Amino acid sequence: MSAVGLAEAPRAVAINTQPLLRVSGLGIGFRVGQTRWEATRDISFSLKSGERVGVVGESGCGKSITGLALLGLLPGSADVSGEIIFDGKNLRDLPSRQMRTIRGRDIAMIFQEPMSALDPVFTIGDQISEAWRTHFPTQRVEARERALAALSDVGIPAPARRYDEYPHQLSGGMRQRVMIAMALICEPKLLVADEPTTALDVTVQAQIIDLLRALSERKGAALIFITHDLGVVAEICTRVLTMYAGEIVEDAAVEDVLIRPRHPYTSGLLRSLPGTAARRTKLPSIPGRVPSPANMPTGCRFRPRCPHSIDGCEAEQAMIAPSSTHLARCWRSPELNLPGAVSA
Amino acid sequence: MSAPLPQPIVSARDLRILFPTRDGLETVKAVDGVAFDVAQGETFGIIGESGSGKTTIGRALVSLIAPSDGTILHGGTDLRTLSRSRFREWRRAYQIIFQDPNAALNPRRRILDSVTEPLEVAGSGDAASRRRIALEMLAHVGLSDEIAARFPHQLSGGQKQRVNIARVLTLRPKLIVCDESVAALDVSIRGDILNLFADLQREFGLTYVFITHDISVVSHISDRVAVTYLGKFMELGRTEDVIDHPLHPYTQALLSAEPKPVPSALRDDRRIILSGEIPSPISPPSGCRFRTRCPAAQALCAEHEPDWRELTQGHHVACHFATLQGPPAPNKTAQGET
Repeated sequence: MSAVGLAEAPRAVAINTQPLLRVSGLGIGFRVGQTRWEATRDISFSLKSGERVGVVGESGCGKSITGLALLGLLPGSADVSGEIIFDGKNLRDLPSRQMRTIRGRDIAMIFQEPMSALDPVFTIGDQISEAWRTHFPTQRVEARERALAALSDVGIPAPARRYDEYPHQLSGGMRQRVMIAMALICEPKLLVADEPTTALDVTVQAQIIDLLRALSERKGAALIFITHDLGVVAEICTRVLTMYAGEIVEDAAVEDVLIRPRHPYTSGLLRSLPGTAARRTKLPSIPGRVPSPANMPTGCRFRPRCPHSIDGCEAEQAMIAPSSTHLARCWRSPELNLPGAVSA
Repeated sequence: MSAPLPQPIVSARDLRILFPTRDGLETVKAVDGVAFDVAQGETFGIIGESGSGKTTIGRALVSLIAPSDGTILHGGTDLRTLSRSRFREWRRAYQIIFQDPNAALNPRRRILDSVTEPLEVAGSGDAASRRRIALEMLAHVGLSDEIAARFPHQLSGGQKQRVNIARVLTLRPKLIVCDESVAALDVSIRGDILNLFADLQREFGLTYVFITHDISVVSHISDRVAVTYLGKFMELGRTEDVIDHPLHPYTQALLSAEPKPVPSALRDDRRIILSGEIPSPISPPSGCRFRTRCPAAQALCAEHEPDWRELTQGHHVACHFATLQGPPAPNKTAQGET
């Protein structure tokens, strides 16, 4: 690929077929008194049907709030700019009435803690069939059939018995399967999963990861998988977005990022995984912590923690394309040879 | 580290810990017969899923829970035989650090007050000397005097966990049980805290029992690893042996379920996905308790509980069919392989 102009770079990579979702310049802030706290800035990416994208970064990088913005679930106090084009419609222009017809039907979400997302006083079956009946006013009998099919789709044994049980009667893994069944019953085009396996044991996590991957392959749904665990991303995603301090700093195929990350922050995250270093040696770490919105560094936001920062990093950083398949918010990325989790 | 020293710092024999269910009609067998020694200066890792009994074992090691049966010896002494005052003095050498750094600190007390508290409870020294020791230990974990004057909400998660470490260090413990002590931290900070644990071990000659569900953490810092399932050990040995050459099908499944940051083209191992979840510890399966999820289970596994066999020096396994070559091959009908 020939040299890409900095301004067009993000588009050059992302659009080759009509994307299902295109987020551009999404900024989310909160006004407290006279000050505006910026949670995210200039979030831009697109997603095709069937694509599975991992969103990674430390706590406080803006991953979850970006997920909530896609579903129109930000609190009223949020001050939002930019566009979220889903299936040809700008979700930000939609009145909340119309957003409700999309949320849960075309875009669904799975949260980290299934127990707090399920109502303890209704049966599993009631809650799953409600997700269907909200969007398709049908007979209860039909909704029940749908719910039973959804339960068996997510691998819950004896769905007819589980249908009448309450959330407390299920294990953590089963509850998360119920959440997935509820999210998938309307066959959404986009599923946003926010740390859906963090609270689960590894053996159950492996089951849920396989389930989500199989369902996305079978039904062609796009998946946005928010996590802090790059190992999980490697298992399920095709692409990774790294977020740092409210910005996307890297956007590339999973395979490329694991072997040759192009942003020092992604490289630092990969290198600090305990499995990558030799046993009982010092683990590489990223000194310092994510800056708060109140003391955001100027220029490159990662600069104070970056081992590669030099004169020039205090300038504002745009997303550039160090290779034809890779975007990074680091002007040094073409010259840096950063280590990943494995070498090719 | 493979040969335990003559006098282990802690040794458990036939340890059982039972709890009545809430209605009092049944018994939860949280720990159902485990035996191990922890040698002076080593890091002993315990891995397992929720409900495996690993946390209960850790609490029993620091006398927070009394064994229902069996014994725990601390440096050869059964603490239950000591007088109350001797017991209080003795147990100071055995400390624990929990998972949630927030829950362990009083939000209304300054950091310095929280760190001097153990010494106050122990009735050791005067206020000035307690303060000096606390500041010294905070410095050891990389926190400045300025942090000591703050409140917990002004600190990050990693800093709070450092405070909790400084706090137990004030008592000059011999052994520290770390119960998921890095699980709540971001990856970047987790590395820092693991490095700190290693530094402190060298500096103070500490012994650790490291309890976690995270195989990458346990294999990074432990000298030996025990794998628990439903209140029993399935496998125990040197980290290199257990992680690189597992003998038990459960260990093998755990290792393969661990998400690895490796592109699919470079993966060499086949994933074994266990079906189902850990059964109830109220009525564990007969025979081998892993058999209901084991891809290699045979009829024998339901009838007889496997012996605890030492296949190579220091490498133990509880499986009828494990050999020096490793775990038994999965049955032809076993599902879920990808």
